[in-house]
Amino acid sequence: METLPDGAWLPITFAVLLAVAMLLYAILDGYDLGVGVLLRATGEEAQRDRMIASIGPFWDANETWLVLGVGLLLVAFPVAHGMILTALYIPVALMLAGLVLRGVAFEFRAKAPEPQKPKWDVAFQMGSILAAFSQGWMLGSYILGFDPSWPAFAFSLLVGVFTVAGYTLVGACWLVWRAEGELQLRAARWARGALYATWAGVLVVSAATPLASPRIFERWFSMPEALMLAPIPLATGALFLVLHIFLRRFPRVDHSLDWVPFAATAAIFVLCFQGLAYSFWPYVVPEQVTIFEAASAPESLLIILFGAAAVLPMIFLYTFYVWRVFGGKAQDLKYY
Amino acid sequence: MDLDPILLARIQFAANISFHILFPTITIALGWVLLFFKLRFNATGDVAWMDAYKFWVKVFALSFALGVVSGVVMSFQFGTNWPGFMERVGNVAGPLLAYEVITAFFLEASFLAIMLFGYGRVSNRIHTLATVLVAGGTTLSAFWILVLNSWMHTPAGHEIRDGVVYAADWWAIVFNPSMPYRLAHMLLASGLTVAFLVAGLSAWRWLRGDRAPGVLKALRTGVVMGAVLIPAQILAGDLHGLNTLQHQPQKVAAMEGIWETERGAALRLFAIPDEANRTNRFEVNIPYLASLILTHRMDGEIRGLNEFVGEHPPVAPVFYAFRVMVGIGMLMLLVSWWGAWVLWRRGVTPWLARALVGMTFSGWVATLAGWYVTEIGRQPWLVTGILRTGEAAGPVAATTIMGSLLMYLLIYVALLAAYIGTLMHLARRPTAPEPEELGRRDPLRPIVPAE
Repeated sequence: METLPDGAWLPITFAVLLAVAMLLYAILDGYDLGVGVLLRATGEEAQRDRMIASIGPFWDANETWLVLGVGLLLVAFPVAHGMILTALYIPVALMLAGLVLRGVAFEFRAKAPEPQKPKWDVAFQMGSILAAFSQGWMLGSYILGFDPSWPAFAFSLLVGVFTVAGYTLVGACWLVWRAEGELQLRAARWARGALYATWAGVLVVSAATPLASPRIFERWFSMPEALMLAPIPLATGALFLVLHIFLRRFPRVDHSLDWVPFAATAAIFVLCFQGLAYSFWPYVVPEQVTIFEAASAPESLLIILFGAAAVLPMIFLYTFYVWRVFGGKAQDLKYY
Repeated sequence: MDLDPILLARIQFAANISFHILFPTITIALGWVLLFFKLRFNATGDVAWMDAYKFWVKVFALSFALGVVSGVVMSFQFGTNWPGFMERVGNVAGPLLAYEVITAFFLEASFLAIMLFGYGRVSNRIHTLATVLVAGGTTLSAFWILVLNSWMHTPAGHEIRDGVVYAADWWAIVFNPSMPYRLAHMLLASGLTVAFLVAGLSAWRWLRGDRAPGVLKALRTGVVMGAVLIPAQILAGDLHGLNTLQHQPQKVAAMEGIWETERGAALRLFAIPDEANRTNRFEVNIPYLASLILTHRMDGEIRGLNEFVGEHPPVAPVFYAFRVMVGIGMLMLLVSWWGAWVLWRRGVTPWLARALVGMTFSGWVATLAGWYVTEIGRQPWLVTGILRTGEAAGPVAATTIMGSLLMYLLIYVALLAAYIGTLMHLARRPTAPEPEELGRRDPLRPIVPAE
């Protein structure tokens, strides 16, 4: 283990906060975006309305984790923030366009004149796909350390496609949990389709990361680390298997376990994220800048930490409250 | 064609922030107006207040969504277009932005869900509380962002080591010299924008024949709100101007179009500033008035632009934008006071309704003009005296910025058209007092029985 510089706990704390915010974003807005990708897979308007209703009360708070994530990057590691975002200028711009379309389509499809509704559905779906794809593109580009070559570019786009699949999976599993009847059955079918594509994606990224960097290869495949790390890929594989089996069992009479596919998918996200975090530690810009080199002044970090310690528990508390108010199977949302 | 990446990055940021500010300007004050409707309903049990709430909460939701998505764009553009900003002043700007996210964004987003969809799932009391929290959240958000913006105009409480800014005194940073004035000015601008939006759209519904009591109540609320807030805004604007004269005299010189330092300066009602020859053409003046307004003395001295050669903003846009803002303010004063008088003596009349419809979006124009005055007026500085705008730009190619700029513009124009179109669509639908299941599951308090 490398020795840590003095005062390292602050950058580490912020790196952990940043990672948690990004992970929560990927799972939470992941299911919103996934539902968006799937929106027009059904032609029935009532089902579409129900799909939107299942995410309506949550999406805004879910998206806020992204703002917090980029905010923490900006605040805690300003140098890295500038490097990463200028390197990812184009996918960031595309993602933002996607998020804008998705976010406003929520409101417009419910309020604009009836004949416009199908157009806003298209905007909703296209926005969701564009946002998911661009996020994957960014991940791919990040993994290869912003390598500007063509093969690296192609790889980034491939990761973009896999990310759409991963979000579709978590979105479909969300619907399996929150929808009933015909829509739930369809969601289980959609989830199975997305499952295999996600599986492929995880394998490709897991293979590419160590191949792209000898340092990361060393970190995963030297003994005894390899043995200690084995549970990560094994557990991921087991969860995929659980999903593969469980998703075939719908319709089920008993609805008490409808949450299982969503939880399993979320757990896969966590494990993959953990793998990536282990690979890149302690770099915030891969192979170039460590979190210690990029960190802001301690006094500024402390004042944020102070605020976060006071406010984050409250955020979790009222998020939990909102989840309880809008828990269970989705019902029609009625603006009143 | 040679494109200047810095200019393009500035245009892009200006386009984004201009589009973004339209929506918070509505939601900040509309949240409190909704709370007012809700409290009136709770107190009187009059369903007309609830009709007003039901209509305006839809406008709120739509405006909020547009504000959120364009705000996300802003948060990324710090990094993509202005990496130098965070590298140099991140130690101050970062915590302020972080506090906005953790204290305001999550609060608004979470309780908005309860406010919009929670009726029937939570008690009336919790629902009212959610409205309070959302309104408070939007205002808190405005507070943090205006703290940061004010600090960029009048930095305080910091020290500079090796070109990088470090926070020395957070109290001084937050309560920097221009913050209270700017915050008050912006909150009042939001109030006026909403007052005229509410009055204008309600007047339009009235003209189309919707005479439901809820429409009238909203119309009256808008006019009275405008009539009360506009004098406060004129006062706040005056104080803000005095504060600017003290800290950014070159901005005031540009606003007033004063080139040479002079005593007893005249107020230029109209002129065409000619920056090449450093003079104005076609001036229409009122003698001594500029000195009187700015220094409260007939022979007060105002420093001219020629004292700040190379250090002052482009004159024409600041000069014109300032006149647009003040002109609309005067129009607001006229219409709202006349409107209040007509309402008091005769009730709604077709001419009053038409005038109000004409003023529906006047708040937007005035707010944008005001922001152009203050933001263009800060140039060539990004952070006054610390960081020049050009130094903060990133290494991104001009063509890339151009491409994304066109994409954003296309989206924004389409969304603005859709937004206004949808507001009008909502307003065209007659108020139907549907026998709602309002508060059906409310154990605390049986609400008005459905009619």
